[in-house]
Amino acid sequence: MEKINGTGVSPGIAIGKAFVIKKAEAVVSGILLTDENEIITAVAGFNSAIHLAVAEIEAIIVNAKLSALEEELAILEAQIELIGDPQIAEDVLEKIQSERKTANDALIEVIADVVQVFESMEDEYMRARSTDIKDVGARILKHLNKQHNDTANFNPDTIIIADDISPSDTISMDIKHVIGFATRAGSKTSHAAIIAKAKGIPAVVGCGDGLMSIQNDDLVILDGLSGLVFINPAKEIIEDYRLKREVHRQQAEKLKALKNVPAVTPDGKKIMLSANISGADDMETVHDNGGDGVGLFRTELLFMDRDSFPTEEEQFEFYKQAALRSKNKPVIVRTIDIGGDKQLPYFNIPAELNPFLGYRAIRICLDRTDLFVTQLKAILRAAVFGDLRIMFPMISNIQEVRAAKNILEEAKKELLAENDPFKADIKVGIMIEIPSAAVTADILAKEVDFFSIGTNDLCQYTLAVDRMNEKISHLYDPFNPGVLRLISNVIEQGRKHHIHVGMCGEMAGDPLATLLLLGMGLEGFSMSAASIPAIKNIIINHSEADAKQVYQKVMAMDSSDEITAYLKALNK
Amino acid sequence: MITKQYTITSAQGLHARPATTLIRLVKNFKSIVNIQKGGKTVRLNSMINLLSLTIKGGETITITIDGEDEINAAEALDTFFAEELKNL
Repeated sequence: MEKINGTGVSPGIAIGKAFVIKKAEAVVSGILLTDENEIITAVAGFNSAIHLAVAEIEAIIVNAKLSALEEELAILEAQIELIGDPQIAEDVLEKIQSERKTANDALIEVIADVVQVFESMEDEYMRARSTDIKDVGARILKHLNKQHNDTANFNPDTIIIADDISPSDTISMDIKHVIGFATRAGSKTSHAAIIAKAKGIPAVVGCGDGLMSIQNDDLVILDGLSGLVFINPAKEIIEDYRLKREVHRQQAEKLKALKNVPAVTPDGKKIMLSANISGADDMETVHDNGGDGVGLFRTELLFMDRDSFPTEEEQFEFYKQAALRSKNKPVIVRTIDIGGDKQLPYFNIPAELNPFLGYRAIRICLDRTDLFVTQLKAILRAAVFGDLRIMFPMISNIQEVRAAKNILEEAKKELLAENDPFKADIKVGIMIEIPSAAVTADILAKEVDFFSIGTNDLCQYTLAVDRMNEKISHLYDPFNPGVLRLISNVIEQGRKHHIHVGMCGEMAGDPLATLLLLGMGLEGFSMSAASIPAIKNIIINHSEADAKQVYQKVMAMDSSDEITAYLKALNK
Repeated sequence: MITKQYTITSAQGLHARPATTLIRLVKNFKSIVNIQKGGKTVRLNSMINLLSLTIKGGETITITIDGEDEINAAEALDTFFAEELKNL
């Protein structure tokens, strides 16, 4: 048995027989054309090969329209443009006419040059396009040399093993029996990855030369999540992976079934289920899990692991990427929340006795307005590219909200003076995580567009429990009736003042709390993306009316023990 | 000649699919259309040349349109960059 490590680009597990695709190399003949007649014939031959190649793809498109994936059709349309590319034609004709090369040799050389340009590009997506260009070259060449198609027919449960997989390969394959791809080369943006993800089958790319030791009909296991390829594995491994495959299949089905289902209760209450993220790269998982956007975009990641504050441009780029990838769903950006347990190596906060009660978050921003203005300007500018909203953390009174909003207006004025485009009417909200803010929600609601309840800090500040102290961890309890009353007050005041109330702490992703919070009237739940389907499953199966009863019962109970026991019994 | 500046509003930038649409859009007009990014200019009739500019989401590009139907071509390009690109 052999085990190969590659890059998993499409999750899932496949167990099947290998089919190895080997390609004939294009060969340069070295022949030179002798007279004008041969040159004219070569030019005509090349032009005719282009026409035939385009016609072939057009025919494939017509035939494939019903069954092909949108991604495949888009790739085929792009191939038509690449085949008829005037730059390729110009370069080929130049080689035929001035250098007297055959159409075959001219084309091979031109394609090799273009492939080299693309292979040396920094951008990973463009580097992967070199495969498409090779594919285009091979297709024209096939018509030039009048070769015929060899469409492969596969047995059920076939795993394709190849150097790399081109659009032509997948189009000419009878892909319905293919259950996975493994390639020697490739990256997460290569064709094999795109098609595998679209079809929902596993793929492992970049396996290296070891992959080519696989023979036709070898038994192969692909693990598309961890990027492993097993060749003729032992019985125990096969059994192990059969189980894993079943678990994965069930999970994937559940996820898939819920992904496009809106989070609405049976009696019609629409709930916003969003995700907490730390960077634009997390956006894909948010969409995969059917998230309604981002309820908490932590910006600290951008400030950590470096030796100075990021510039406005660096920050702009960071927020812009998230905006671009948000599919126009709302993204709530929390302004920098350093201090407490999050320290920056280049920003020295003198040691404090109680850092959680000290110089942190908005308190730093209102003191160091230079840092704050830079961040706000970057967010305002990035909001042109998507529905970004601003959220201030650690608010304890209304003066802080007003001061922060004044600085936001300053940032807008600076951008106006600099003639930079920005979103002037950006929505502004605050985190409710300090008990005084929760108690005075009625006052604060008048100044902002939304609240987001941060249960982790709200819990530790309300209960006077240090989250990090293991000796008293049993006291840290969001189901404490005191915490629940605060949360309930925030939601009620938000409703009275017609502003959106969401929650972005751990509690929002805890299935035990879902019905209770729904009953309180919470409209937004923000959590780690992977938790969304489970919470959605609760919401679509329980009416708001039932949830209100749960809430009333809970509020009549006097201890968190009683409350959690009741909620656990409900969830069974 | 008309000169226009556009910001790329799609996350992936001008990858294969939008590039195909853009090349085909330009083919509908007689005007010569060039695209410029970071000092490099190519004619907008070649996918290979367009892709080799590696235009990413959020970047700004300059387009020049020269010919008898340049006004109509510019309008079509406005629509492409302002509206269609997001959905490609």
